[in-house]
Amino acid sequence: MLNNLTLILPELILFLGAMGLLMIGAFSKNDPTRTVDLGAVAILALAAAAAGSYATDAPASAFDGAFIMDSFASLMKVLTFVATGIAILMSQSFLKLEKLARFEYAVLLLLAAAGMGMMISANDLISLYMGIELQSLALYVVAAINRDSLRSTEAGLKYFVLGALSSGMLLYGASLIYGFSGSTNFNEIAAAFQPQGGQLPMAQVLGLVFLLAGLAFKISAVPFHMWTPDVYEGAPTSVTAFFASAPKLAGMAIFLRIMMTGFENALVAWQQIIILLAAASMVLGAFAAIGQQNIKRLMAYSSIGHMGFALVGFAAASEAGVASVILYMALYVVMTLGTFACILSMRRDSGPVERIDDLSGLSQTRPFMAFCLAVMMFSLAGIPPMAGFFGKLFVFRAAIDAGLYSLSILGVLASVVGAYYYLRIVKIMYLDAPADEINEPMPRELSILAGVMTAFTLLFFIYPAPLVELADMASSVLVQSDLSLAAD
Amino acid sequence: MTDWPLLSTITFLPLLGALFILLVRGDEETIAANSRAVALWTSVVTLVLSLFMISRFDGSSADFQFVERASWLLPGIDYAMGVDGISVLFVLLTTALMPLCILASWHAIQNRVREYMLAFLVLETLMIGVFCAMDIILFYLFFEGGLIPMFLIIGVWGGARRIYASFKFFLYTLIGSVLMLLAILYMYWQTGTTFIPDLMSHGFDASVQTWLWLAFFASFAVKMPMWPVHTWLPDAHVEAPTAGSVILAGVLLKMGGYGFLRFSLPMFPIACDFFVPMVFAMSAIAIVYTSLVAFAQEDMKKLIAYSSVAHMGFVTMGIFAATTQGVQGAVFQMLSHGWISGALFLCVGVVYDRMHTREIAAYGGLANRMPVYASLFMLFTMANVGLPGTSGFVGEFLTILGAFQVSTWTAMFAASGVILSAVYALSLYRRVAFGQIEHEGLQQIADMDRREIFIIAPLAAATIMFGFWPMPILELTAPSIDALVAAYQEALAVHYGGAQ
Repeated sequence: MLNNLTLILPELILFLGAMGLLMIGAFSKNDPTRTVDLGAVAILALAAAAAGSYATDAPASAFDGAFIMDSFASLMKVLTFVATGIAILMSQSFLKLEKLARFEYAVLLLLAAAGMGMMISANDLISLYMGIELQSLALYVVAAINRDSLRSTEAGLKYFVLGALSSGMLLYGASLIYGFSGSTNFNEIAAAFQPQGGQLPMAQVLGLVFLLAGLAFKISAVPFHMWTPDVYEGAPTSVTAFFASAPKLAGMAIFLRIMMTGFENALVAWQQIIILLAAASMVLGAFAAIGQQNIKRLMAYSSIGHMGFALVGFAAASEAGVASVILYMALYVVMTLGTFACILSMRRDSGPVERIDDLSGLSQTRPFMAFCLAVMMFSLAGIPPMAGFFGKLFVFRAAIDAGLYSLSILGVLASVVGAYYYLRIVKIMYLDAPADEINEPMPRELSILAGVMTAFTLLFFIYPAPLVELADMASSVLVQSDLSLAAD
Repeated sequence: MTDWPLLSTITFLPLLGALFILLVRGDEETIAANSRAVALWTSVVTLVLSLFMISRFDGSSADFQFVERASWLLPGIDYAMGVDGISVLFVLLTTALMPLCILASWHAIQNRVREYMLAFLVLETLMIGVFCAMDIILFYLFFEGGLIPMFLIIGVWGGARRIYASFKFFLYTLIGSVLMLLAILYMYWQTGTTFIPDLMSHGFDASVQTWLWLAFFASFAVKMPMWPVHTWLPDAHVEAPTAGSVILAGVLLKMGGYGFLRFSLPMFPIACDFFVPMVFAMSAIAIVYTSLVAFAQEDMKKLIAYSSVAHMGFVTMGIFAATTQGVQGAVFQMLSHGWISGALFLCVGVVYDRMHTREIAAYGGLANRMPVYASLFMLFTMANVGLPGTSGFVGEFLTILGAFQVSTWTAMFAASGVILSAVYALSLYRRVAFGQIEHEGLQQIADMDRREIFIIAPLAAATIMFGFWPMPILELTAPSIDALVAAYQEALAVHYGGAQ
């Protein structure tokens, strides 16, 4: 029992912290928002430290194998919690200026983080579903946190309805798989999921497809992406920044784990689907973003495209492939948060502006902000020596190793199309005449965060080894754990 | 002293200067003045260091020298720097052109000077890095990274259609390069290394070579640029500021030819041999067709841009002739075109700064008012045509000689291109410099001042000196080129010998 509790220590910290902060918020006489925010960041840091302490430990499971803690889970949790903490820090000034500052916001994000921790460590369909729902319910509420705004509530409702649909699909798939394998544990599913005479049982494949659809929805891969642009645009910008970062990490983590452990024997079945998802996401992400005028909507399509690139590494279904996905997601989160630190600073006459044209001539009015955003854009476009290039390098390396030549060629061509719209933003900032559309200074914590993310993105190439090694280690644990299982 | 990482110092010194510029504080005037000074001094020190490097360079060896190697990204993907007889002169070309570019922008750029100098110094680091990299991923990093500062230089300080030109430049080059990246990753998968000497000795399967060659070709043909993917160049040249054009023509175009020499020829010899007819056809078309197109131009910069494409046709022809003369001629032609076209763009810049038009028809009779300018312009026009006694002649002659041994027809077309280049270059010179001054605005035009003469004089000296005495360059490059050609011929002999 004690062993179980030490393994879920990060989640415990988050749960207890969230409850504690909720109490502080509810019973405090003065405005508790700032205290709760900072408390939440401290709790996330603590949880990240707790998760990080398992980084080199051998994999261990708790609650009869429903929950697993290994290097992979450790790394993904640290990244997720840190991203959530940064999202809370970035939200502060925005929510305050928009008069949306409520202490529940940070508490909800903590609960979402706890759900994401559960997802990342899930080794059972039940714990997987629990994690996803805990995370999603918190996200539905924060999407609609601006309850007087039609767009925000619409975004929340849309996200809720479509999210419920995808959860339904996921559950249906899970029930089919349970029905035919007799277990909800990933390892036991893997053992039951044996090809018979070179053919996979049809019903199980059907269950797998439903499960995949539900997970693809969570990471907004095409064709399950429809909610993304509307929710990103409608939700308050600080919420969008969060949506685009941590939940994507957690979603990709569980996606990797379930496919690489639970369905390792069904590789032929899901690899084709992942290839299709990757190709469609990259192409749609590249082309649909070209015509966008709203920067949040553009970022929505951009994130769809980036999920496609990450899925290219996934489709390789190898150790190098998994490592490349981890690396890609880590770099993607840094770039996304850095970009949103700049988007959150786009304000005129005490109101936020969201049109891309509002950035006109920013390099002359706000040189620092323009520089940060430009670095992020070049990085998202995958131009060396920015960090984003290395993400693409590693995923395409894995894809080439796996012989996925057509997908790689499609991918790099999509990245050239994508480069066009990222360049358009640089062009508007650097090449166009200043319009003084953004006349408020960058809030201090946002400029610090943007500066840190920019420095990381810009200088990653000097010493990329630590992150690369961490990703390799996490990936080898995930891939080899089932190799030993397959040998049994 | 022998362990001092000289190449890394030369490569990253400009970046250090760029950081220094970022620290400059004060009002706008001070910032502009200090940025110019820092940029100039940084580039001069870089030049001095690269001269020092070349003085220590062992010209009798075909090996890479000043090699540095440190683990970097993955096993087999290292930070590796080194120069051989082919690349060392391109490093010098880059570092020598850079101070001239900064001097040429001294008064011409008044707007956002700090950013301009930053972009140039970053670009210098990336360009030197391209020629020093001994790891192909590192090469790619520098090669692609150069797009960012050049995009900004064309886009921010360019002419009227600068945005169209900068996007075209960026996307055209990018689409060629991403395919090369996939080929690089394939090679890494096959060999487990991206260290260039290891890849050279690996010997890829003949069927694979074809695909890899095509992917590399996509990148370098666009960069070169070869007909029919040359259309970005005239746009980029016309819109770029003078110094941008100088760097573009002087160094960036050379990366394509350098890439062919460094990767295509030694790594995929069988595919090279297979595609020789195609490359020869494209080179011949480039030489003849773009010379004719150049003749029809009304814009001085556009005319020189098309003539660059034609001259690059000689380079590709020489490289793929794969004979010692051809390759030596190609290297010589690239270097000589580096300073001749750079000087021609500077000459256009001189009159553009005064009259703010590049239209040929707006000039005429400049020889009357600007004798110094007219004589220098004449020198470079003649060099561009390939007049014996100028460095332009040596390169063209050697490449034609090299190609003649392989394909007589191509050599004949190329030789006719020399005549065509005389047609457009001399007619340009006649329309700009000769005749009576007919335009009112030209009556008071001043001749070149000391700064302008100082910028162009070294280029003129190089043109004449290496025209009469090309031996220093040819001797320095000979060991590396001999080794390259010998390895190439041997690979072919083994392949066809084995097939029989």
